[in-house]
Amino acid sequence: MRHITLRGRGDLEEWRVAARALAIAGVASEEVEWHAEAEDGGLFRHDGEMPLPASSPDAAPLTVPPAFIELANAVICHSDPARFMLLYRLLVRLQADRRLLEQPSDEDVVRARLMEKSVRRDAHKMTAFVRFKEVGSGISVNGRRKFLAWFEPDHYIVGRKASFFQRRFNDMDWIILTPKGSAGWDGKTLTIGDDSCEKPDLSDAADELWRTYYANIFNPARLKVKAMQAEMPKKYWKNLPEADLIPGLIANAESQVLAMAKREATRPLPFHERLQEAARNAPGLPVAEAGTWESLREAAATCTRCPLHGPATQTVFGEGPRDAVAVFVGEQPGDQEDLAGRPFVGPAGSVFDQALVHAGIARSTIYVTNAVKHFKYEPRGKRRIHQRPNMGEVKYCRWWLEQELELIAPKLVVAMGATAVASLADGKFRFSDIRGEALATPDGRVLFTTVHPSYLLRLPDPAKKAEETDRFLQDMLKIQRLIESISQGDSIASIAR
Amino acid sequence: MRKSLKERLAILSDAAKYDASCASSGTTKRDSGASGGLGSTEGSGICHAYAPDGRCISLLKILLTNFCIYDCAYCVNRSSSNVERARFTPEEVVWLVLEFYRRNYIEGLFLSSGIIRSSDYTMEQLVRIARELRVTHNFRGYIHLKAIPEASPQLIEEAGLYADRLSLNIELPTDAGVARLAPEKKPSEIRRSMADLRLKIEAAGEPTLQTKRRKRFVPAGQSTQMIVGADGANDAAILGCSANLYGSYGLRRVYYSAFSPIPDSSSTLPLIKPPLMREHRLYQADWLYRFYGFGIDEITSSETDGMLDLDLDPKLSWALRHRGEFPVDINKADRERLLRVPGFGTKTVKSLLSARRFRRLRMDDLSRLGVSIKKVQAFIIVEDWSPRRLIDRPDLRQMFEPQPEQLRLL
Repeated sequence: MRHITLRGRGDLEEWRVAARALAIAGVASEEVEWHAEAEDGGLFRHDGEMPLPASSPDAAPLTVPPAFIELANAVICHSDPARFMLLYRLLVRLQADRRLLEQPSDEDVVRARLMEKSVRRDAHKMTAFVRFKEVGSGISVNGRRKFLAWFEPDHYIVGRKASFFQRRFNDMDWIILTPKGSAGWDGKTLTIGDDSCEKPDLSDAADELWRTYYANIFNPARLKVKAMQAEMPKKYWKNLPEADLIPGLIANAESQVLAMAKREATRPLPFHERLQEAARNAPGLPVAEAGTWESLREAAATCTRCPLHGPATQTVFGEGPRDAVAVFVGEQPGDQEDLAGRPFVGPAGSVFDQALVHAGIARSTIYVTNAVKHFKYEPRGKRRIHQRPNMGEVKYCRWWLEQELELIAPKLVVAMGATAVASLADGKFRFSDIRGEALATPDGRVLFTTVHPSYLLRLPDPAKKAEETDRFLQDMLKIQRLIESISQGDSIASIAR
Repeated sequence: MRKSLKERLAILSDAAKYDASCASSGTTKRDSGASGGLGSTEGSGICHAYAPDGRCISLLKILLTNFCIYDCAYCVNRSSSNVERARFTPEEVVWLVLEFYRRNYIEGLFLSSGIIRSSDYTMEQLVRIARELRVTHNFRGYIHLKAIPEASPQLIEEAGLYADRLSLNIELPTDAGVARLAPEKKPSEIRRSMADLRLKIEAAGEPTLQTKRRKRFVPAGQSTQMIVGADGANDAAILGCSANLYGSYGLRRVYYSAFSPIPDSSSTLPLIKPPLMREHRLYQADWLYRFYGFGIDEITSSETDGMLDLDLDPKLSWALRHRGEFPVDINKADRERLLRVPGFGTKTVKSLLSARRFRRLRMDDLSRLGVSIKKVQAFIIVEDWSPRRLIDRPDLRQMFEPQPEQLRLL
């Protein structure tokens, strides 16, 4: 049996030197007994302490996966003396089984992971429960304020966590003392000591404000003492300035709630009446003149004719010049349109914009709107899946579209997609029968039908997509020619079929 | 006489305790190591203390003022309430944050406010505090600002440059509930502000032509809070509203706050103990929706009156109503199926998938992974265990129900 004694203060390097020599020499894990000076007090040496085996130059190199280094760095901080042995056994086993650590139910792996977890938790609690107290009177000679803290960790974690405090408390000098080492920062150097420290006598005037905050942020109607203790175990309480308030807060919670319940509602102070009075007399927003596009838009913003208004963000009304020759009617707003409150701004909108550019139609000269004004969708996870509006919804919403068309009185209406056709032609035509054609409508307009740009986005087959995109662009050119002949004053009958 | 800072801190933290959010996580990593200054954020937040209500204290959660021109029935600060009023100056808030932070009491600031004068005036004050902290004092800790409803988009945008997180509270799941209890609030305006915020966050995330670095804009995203139990909405309505909010505005979190009796309560509201278990079940259901692939309908549709079962957690409740889906073979089933087993969390499922590549799993593998055998045994098959007819037993539900408790007299 070999005995190895380490100082054991959370430093992986000293274990690594010993373990490496032993493993290369082929020493089995059962043949080594590991000791920690820190736990034994370093008072005696063990019998059988032998120098480490010298490594021979032709020994096979020792390699471990990176995950082991990470694990060992944590486990070595644990205060259990068995940690050295466990790490050594893992090291030896890893030489035969490289993927040992990927087997989370292996007994040694489970034990090491538990130790790692305990160290991580202790280190995390240190970041949470260290309480700095200001020492000296404000600014010191180097222009920096000085702080001191006392903390009692379970494991040797001070060295592991020191850089956290440096990153966080950079512009002040601080020292953290613990029974298992210390750390300090002076703006230039991070000093880590592994000697045990004594608890200093500390007080800080700000603690009283903190205690005030702690007592008042607590809601007595929701007492959950177990939940608190699970996260803030009593062992930490003695160094937390707020902890001695806890018993009193718990004891008085019930009576506070009862007192609250007994107290009857009181009459509001006069300032409430004054506010209410002011609100009643506040001038309302200017209302648009009846019969104008603006008043129609205002009315549509609060439309509740069909259930689609519930989950949608807002009504997406049409936009464009009031005297536009052509009105383009799409299906309904999509995700982006619903957020922005404007038609055709999402992915389909950019396909549409490109097609307009291709055909030489300026978007600023046309009026763009949708058959249905609210976005219909199905929430799924963190996304909204577009849903096609049903005939009922299209019918309810047609009222708005008709008002828009009446006010703008365009000579040309472009229906994009089957829903738009259904809305505009009231089911008299099938989309595929009239696509790409200009029809004269009874109210003296030209109706032209093409696909909705989002149809092109949804086509999975690239060849089909190219073909359909080309057809859409052809349609847009036809539309451009229609706009031109209308602008030149050609009669509807001569333009349309 | 003017109240002391300590007295005002007492009033304005008391007024803030009904805000459920306490998170200080999910923002970009940054520290004061290279450039000096004070503060850091490391991805995950740190809870510096816990109050006896079991809630974590990670931020200085205060109101700038508890004066308010609104009269929302559920709110302790409504204009008709007779609570003691107080107000901090922006300089006092900045001083408190820095001094508390230096002593490692907190991770940063959660700042909300009653609405005084106007939405824009109030929002301006909040933005000013965040700007002072970031620009003047080089503060790198966490800042969560409550966006004031109907504040101008320019102010919200500036707030987003300094804050890690912005939140707008939806308050109640239905527009009708808001109209009844919070007459001055406009749900459609709140939704529109959330939409605007999502668009701005997405725009800031786009790479620009000049630099690969993304603009820093609300890196911890937006969140909201819903009050549970102040109006008549059932759990299905609440969760449906959450699903819409997650899908529509990319919210990081919806917080559920069980309506808590407040001092000097409005006579339109009941003075009941807050339904803490209901709140807990809602969080569990919310989790199932976001991380376990459950649809809201699956969770709530077969519960009575659209309310979640208070005795059993929603996953267990779902499993007992869908016994045909079980038992699940741990050595064969895919991730989606494993996630539906009551008692398995996402971490356990990950470990199981990794472990079974090396050997066929047995019951003691599961217990070494920290799984509660009692909870899962009826629903799984492993190498040395099959539940046989356990899954079909009519009294299976009783095995999981809490033991009957004697009611308290008071």
